Amino acid sequence: MNSLFPFHGGLKTVRHKAESNQRPIASGILPKRLVVPLHQHIGAIAKPLVQPGDRVLKGQRIGQADGYISAAVHAPTSGVVTAVDQQAVPHPSGLTDLCVSIEADGENRWIEREPVDYRRLHPSDLRNLARSAGVVGLGGAGFPSAVKLNLSGHCERLEQLILNGAECEPWMTCDDMIMRERADEIVAGIHILAHLLEPRDVLIGIEDDKPEAIAAMTVACAGTGYQVRPVPTHYPSGGVKQLTKLLTNKEAPLNGRSTDIGVQCFNVATAYTLHRAINFGEPVISRIVTVTGRVAQPQNIDALLGTAFADLVAQCGGYRDRVERLIMGGPMMGFALHGDEVPVTKATNCILAASAEELAPEQPAMPCIRCGACAEVCPADLLPQQLYWHARAREFDKAQDYHLFSCIECGCCSTVCPSHIPLVQFYRYAKNEIWAQEKEKQKAELARQRYQARLERLEREQKEREAKLRQKAPPRPAPVAEASEADQLPIEAAVARARPDRATAPADAPKPPVVVAADSAGQDG
Amino acid sequence: MRFRIATSPHILRDTSVGQVMCRVLYAMTPGVVALAWFFGWGVLVNLALATVVALTAETLVLVARGKPLALHLSDFSAVVTAWLLAAALPSLAPWWLTVLGVAFAIVVAKHLYGGLGYNPFNPAMVGYVVLLISFPREMSTWLIPHGIGQAHALSLPDTLEIIFGGAGRLVADGLTGATPLDLLRTQLGLGLTVTEIRNSPVFGIVSGGGWEWAALGFLAGGLWLVYTRAADWRIPAGMLGGLATIATVFYLVDPQHYAPPWFHVWSGAAIFGAFFIATDPVTASTTPRGRLIYGAGIGVLIYVIRTFGGYPDGVAFSVLLMNIVAPTIDLYTQPRVFGARGG
Amino acid sequence: MGVAIVVLSVLAGVSGLLLGFAAVRFKVEGDPIVDKIDAILPQTQCGQCGYAGCRPYAEAIAAGEADINQCPPGGENGIVALAELLGRDPKPLNPDNGIEKPKRVAVIDEQNCIGCTLCIQACPVDAILGAAKHMHTVIDRECTGCELCLAPCPVDCIDMVPVGQTITNWKWAYPSPVSEARQPADRAAA
Repeated sequence: MNSLFPFHGGLKTVRHKAESNQRPIASGILPKRLVVPLHQHIGAIAKPLVQPGDRVLKGQRIGQADGYISAAVHAPTSGVVTAVDQQAVPHPSGLTDLCVSIEADGENRWIEREPVDYRRLHPSDLRNLARSAGVVGLGGAGFPSAVKLNLSGHCERLEQLILNGAECEPWMTCDDMIMRERADEIVAGIHILAHLLEPRDVLIGIEDDKPEAIAAMTVACAGTGYQVRPVPTHYPSGGVKQLTKLLTNKEAPLNGRSTDIGVQCFNVATAYTLHRAINFGEPVISRIVTVTGRVAQPQNIDALLGTAFADLVAQCGGYRDRVERLIMGGPMMGFALHGDEVPVTKATNCILAASAEELAPEQPAMPCIRCGACAEVCPADLLPQQLYWHARAREFDKAQDYHLFSCIECGCCSTVCPSHIPLVQFYRYAKNEIWAQEKEKQKAELARQRYQARLERLEREQKEREAKLRQKAPPRPAPVAEASEADQLPIEAAVARARPDRATAPADAPKPPVVVAADSAGQDG
Repeated sequence: MRFRIATSPHILRDTSVGQVMCRVLYAMTPGVVALAWFFGWGVLVNLALATVVALTAETLVLVARGKPLALHLSDFSAVVTAWLLAAALPSLAPWWLTVLGVAFAIVVAKHLYGGLGYNPFNPAMVGYVVLLISFPREMSTWLIPHGIGQAHALSLPDTLEIIFGGAGRLVADGLTGATPLDLLRTQLGLGLTVTEIRNSPVFGIVSGGGWEWAALGFLAGGLWLVYTRAADWRIPAGMLGGLATIATVFYLVDPQHYAPPWFHVWSGAAIFGAFFIATDPVTASTTPRGRLIYGAGIGVLIYVIRTFGGYPDGVAFSVLLMNIVAPTIDLYTQPRVFGARGG
Repeated sequence: MGVAIVVLSVLAGVSGLLLGFAAVRFKVEGDPIVDKIDAILPQTQCGQCGYAGCRPYAEAIAAGEADINQCPPGGENGIVALAELLGRDPKPLNPDNGIEKPKRVAVIDEQNCIGCTLCIQACPVDAILGAAKHMHTVIDRECTGCELCLAPCPVDCIDMVPVGQTITNWKWAYPSPVSEARQPADRAAA
């Protein structure tokens, strides 16, 4: 029963785990100012509930979930809201997003916390609690967990609940450390997940390079029936689809979800936050972040959301020499940041300060020689080379024929490419373009409908007017000019009133009134 | 503090096109040494001449195309083309034959089609076929291997004189003779049986004397190439498998008129072609199943050309013919995508 | 000879009947090519093409009256898509119809708006809200950027504002491609 089912492709990568998993999890210092983004999850941005000047308490909701796929945001500490505005956020674009800035008062005063007994709550109430506590997937994607806790319609009964503790990305150790130090609380979270989803089996997948975590989880799971399953250290075993295949030999269908095959998967840290949210009434206001690479003391920090990366790096003793790239996430799938004055979000699993030493130097791209090394390592069994040709030529339809959207952007193909072609980047580009085109199309369709509706309305109004005129009888000749003139007068008066406000150069003279008159006659006459 | 922006993945394997091409060159070395042992200095002279011509032609075309020289010359693809072609030429081929073939391969077959990665046909084989069709006499003037009834050992100056001065003396001295495949084909045409023909001194233990040792050298290098993953095992496996299968069928039907499969696999350019020519990734099929089919197609075509065609060996023609269908093979052999049900 | 004539006549008759039947049986409703052209057009309804809206322009293209390069908002991509659909060669945008501009939306300067409703009447997609003598405002989500409201405004209080890049509409760029020359300069800058 404990057999594993290897997935195709993948890589052995460098590990670099030992740098950051030698120290226990440190609690983050309380910074003076916290910048809390309202969009820390997949889905709609949370609606701000506070204004500058408001006093907030630790754990108070400052952003409300907006729609089904969204999550709430909470104040990480007590203090005063200083701004609700655009601030730099960790994003590959380096652009800003709506954030709530909080000046900490240093008291760390909690709101009233209300632990509940999940066994007594209706599942939908429990899901709402998770939503309003801001529980999202902490593996890096930040998908609202409440949505994943609702199975209705997707499958009759959940067969396997998978807890993802594989953590296959090099350097990253936040899941490793939380499993070592807080295994009991993770298991308490799994109880809630299992209570809601009623799975047949609960499987906990952990890469076998984390013996301490495996041991801790095995002890914590004793007597629960949950199975701790070590999986080979082989990137990307932590991908949801890959881990599912490894543990169950099931493959989620193309364009489908894992629930279609009776599987649901959560990160171990997500289970931990769910436990805190339900059993302690503490919303998600912090997370464990691996700060590693070229910093003086690489370690994991339980950091308040909104803490600047620079503060965390300072807590680790600052940068060592020759730091060239700052990466959020792992080196395989993370993105490079423009600066370190960006806040920790629920998706910040790792901050990697890297020099040219850790990273292979970028090399000029050569033409593809069709060697097929990319296809050999692709864990989604795609033909990366064909995808590349089509994405490069902007032939998006053909790229989709080769299942572009099955690509999980794991980076294996780019890593092994002897021609150093930024393959994954081509796929990201193509996906973005396809989404943008789709949006554009929807917008055009909307405009078409509105135009059509307007034409129909105008026609209807015209008919109504004609009917009215006929009723009123004796048809008067040429009411047009009169009406337009009557229309025109108040407008001119208003223009005269408005004029002084604006520059009054003669060139600013109004448009030829004839045009306006004719227009308005056409509409109103 | 500002940081450098780059896209993921941020770690790359230490691999490059140049590295892959260099591996091919290393892997060819044992075979080339064996060839040189049996066919004299000419093999090495050809190799050197072809390398110089290839690099010159590549440089000129790159300059004309406005491409960065250092980057593209360091990918060694031109040298690989040169070596492949040179190893296939008769050891005492006149210098202009080598120059013409290599220049045609680099300029026309490679760069006119877009350069490395874009050429649909294997450049070395295009060059070879152009020479074979245009200069059949020069291309079939092979030295009789050293130690096979002939105790010749042309000195380096002699070799250079023949290559650059003319082959008249060579023929007069009776140093040349038919290759084993050539002999097999003409003698079979005269109605002799395979067993009778095999008594000729040009044959060695398995196939042609001397030739079989070169094949062993190429096999060793080829296996190393497969081991280091510079070449996909499926192409040589498919090709030798295809050749062996069809040869076995005919051999079982009539062993007196069809040479045994081991002879075919070990003769001519079969081993060399399987590991070094057919495996050129640019012009081969790219899908896993496609590569098996592509290889098998080459193997079958080689047999057909050798047995029923107008040429003693058919590696070059077979490879070029399969180059044409490689894109079609790819289209129909796409692997099953993760999550797709059924085949 | 006679037999041949009869056979050929019968064959001709049968084929004629078959064709006639096919014409009735597989009759194509409407004019799908107009729909297909209309689907490519950006639905800005700006009239820069010289027609009253996107649909009339689509009909004119289908009828062969208009060329495919008269739509500035559709831009080069639109022309290429039309050329592909109609099997023609793409050509540059006709400058008489305007130039391709980055996407913009109308914004009413609410301080200066006098509430004349003229822009409301001009808007082809009813994207302006307001009533007589009350300030108007543009629903920016619905605005197609057609600029038709600019001319009627008697106080010039409408501005076209470019749609800025935000974190939601940001896209990954086309990888600075197989440009081999890029790297050395890049490295020098680092």
